[in-house]
Amino acid sequence: MIAFVLRRLGSAVPTLFIVVTISFFLMRFAPGGPFNLERPLPPATMENLMRTYQLDQPLWRQYITYLSNAVTGDFGPSYIYKDNTVAELIGKGLPYSIELGFYALLLALVGGVTMGTIAALRQNSVLDFSIMSLATVGTTIPNFVVGPVLTLIFAIMLSLLPAGGWGDGSLSFLILPMIALALPQLAVFARLTRGSMIEALHADHIRTARAYGLPARVVVVTHAMRGAMLPVVSYLAPCAAALMTGSAVVETIFTIPGVGRYFVLGALNRDYTLVMGTVVLIAIFVIVFNLVVDILYGLLDPRVRHD
Amino acid sequence: MTDLSSTSLPDENMTTGRSLFQLAFIRFRRNTAAMAGCVMMLLIALFSYIGPLFSPHAYDQVFSSYVTIPPSLEARPDESALRGAIEGVAGRAKVKLDSFEVSGRSFTATISADAPIDPRATRYFDRANEFRDTKVVTAENEGRILKVAGQLNREYFPFGTDPNGRDLLARVMLGGQISIAVGVLASLVSLGIGVVYGATSGYLGGRVDNIMMRLVEILYSLPFVFLVVVLVVFFGRSFILIFLVIGAVEWLDMARIVRGQTLALKRREFVGAAQALGLSDWQIIRRHIIPNTIGPVIVFVTVVVPKVILLESFLSFLGLGVQAPLTSWGALISEGANNIQSAPWLLIFPSIFFVATLFSLNFIGDGLRDALDPRDR
Repeated sequence: MIAFVLRRLGSAVPTLFIVVTISFFLMRFAPGGPFNLERPLPPATMENLMRTYQLDQPLWRQYITYLSNAVTGDFGPSYIYKDNTVAELIGKGLPYSIELGFYALLLALVGGVTMGTIAALRQNSVLDFSIMSLATVGTTIPNFVVGPVLTLIFAIMLSLLPAGGWGDGSLSFLILPMIALALPQLAVFARLTRGSMIEALHADHIRTARAYGLPARVVVVTHAMRGAMLPVVSYLAPCAAALMTGSAVVETIFTIPGVGRYFVLGALNRDYTLVMGTVVLIAIFVIVFNLVVDILYGLLDPRVRHD
Repeated sequence: MTDLSSTSLPDENMTTGRSLFQLAFIRFRRNTAAMAGCVMMLLIALFSYIGPLFSPHAYDQVFSSYVTIPPSLEARPDESALRGAIEGVAGRAKVKLDSFEVSGRSFTATISADAPIDPRATRYFDRANEFRDTKVVTAENEGRILKVAGQLNREYFPFGTDPNGRDLLARVMLGGQISIAVGVLASLVSLGIGVVYGATSGYLGGRVDNIMMRLVEILYSLPFVFLVVVLVVFFGRSFILIFLVIGAVEWLDMARIVRGQTLALKRREFVGAAQALGLSDWQIIRRHIIPNTIGPVIVFVTVVVPKVILLESFLSFLGLGVQAPLTSWGALISEGANNIQSAPWLLIFPSIFFVATLFSLNFIGDGLRDALDPRDR
């Protein structure tokens, strides 16, 4: 197991290198630049800016400079957030995004799996139908609709919760953005759980467990759920990476100082260094969570072996 | 396939074997919810693709007098609005309005002035959006009192209009055409690539799996916006490109899920039996691995479709998807979300169609899952 983890961590280095390389050149092939504003800058200013940020040098030299700096943890200055380095921006925003994303993931996972299991146990009943309808609505209504509707109801009409901001980080500030983030994922987990739970409940070993007269709760929770969690766990990795690196829409609606907006703003403003920072960030999350999931496979289903 | 009953002697009546797909089709036909989903889906598709032929308004036709009007089954303009309009016309023509009557699609009005009225004053009527073919019927008192009659332009906007004065009904139909096409095609692309890639990676395992999954991680991390922009620069902006880009992004989750299932499946007895019979890797993947992953795959497809449709609206927002005056449900919904307080119908109508489509797709998906499950005959 330790050898497997070490090998995977070793293969993360070339993966990151390829991600950085492709992203670096991909960005430069896209038209537009960080200082191409609607009103063009005077040529002299432009020249100075390009020199300051070393954008006037040949592309391969910029690439080598970037790579050698990035290895030492220096991701360069941001072009649009002046006076901030990319590392500072991400370092400041990331804790907020991770905290919010973690709670959202927890809500989505626990809520989704519970709802999916109940639906599977009562297959084709009214309860099953209503849970799955709720899940369908959850996947259908986009964040940019859920967010404003939640603020409208709970913050403006009922005045129960703050409309946005992080405040002192207490739960009341987290609830609404957490729900808006979690809802679509919760629906996915519920659907995936229901589908594989129905299959798992028909399996031979469940029939055997029932024949032994084990209590229904033990049969469902320890035996059926263990096998049924496989697709849920598969989806966990991309979902966790997406939630914990923040969402531009939710962070904008609830004015949360996270990193999600940098993904969109950086790309739209051609802030090359900021985009590279977000790319490295998401790559690390994806690699780590995929590794965690691959280990979880082995724990859930002993037939899965990594060799 | 682990079924013991399949080893029993063949029944006399069942000598003609049925293929997996024939059986699936028969079982699917019996599933009422799934068939209802099919009918619903068909109706929505007919509404979107055939509906525009019967719609009196084009999707890009602008009605400048009817900007952001709420949905109503009544004809526009209503009586009081017509009265306001005709008074405006009378004011511009510098005449006095004595009487004004509306019957169905035509109107009659009596106008008077101190000096004889030039019959060409009817042009003032025609210039307004509401009236046309205005003619002088009778002239009295040496042309100082004119009786004019003409046709009314009455329009029906059952879904209301948008802030540009376009008929929302026609736009929802057009949006349906684009969103259904994008949703179905992009999901099929991601389904095809994801299932084959994931099953191959999981089944072959070892070094191949390691490399194939690292490639998935790389693709996950690439900045999506730039990927789209560069593709558009190279291939030009086209409708097909939208499918390709979205399909190219959405297959990654599918591949991870199928690979996870395959890792557990390949240690099962029936796969071992197939290997012992000397089937090739590809035959085993195609006949034994992929059919057994169908459950989570179909569930996930029903999740991908709404994702894809909404992703298309993000591309449109970046200026890379479909451009105005063309539209899609995703674009209509995001426009509606911006006007949620002032004009809620802009959000409600596209959402109803979107949710209805998703509901019927989910029922079809659940029916397909039950029908295609190889363990359950």
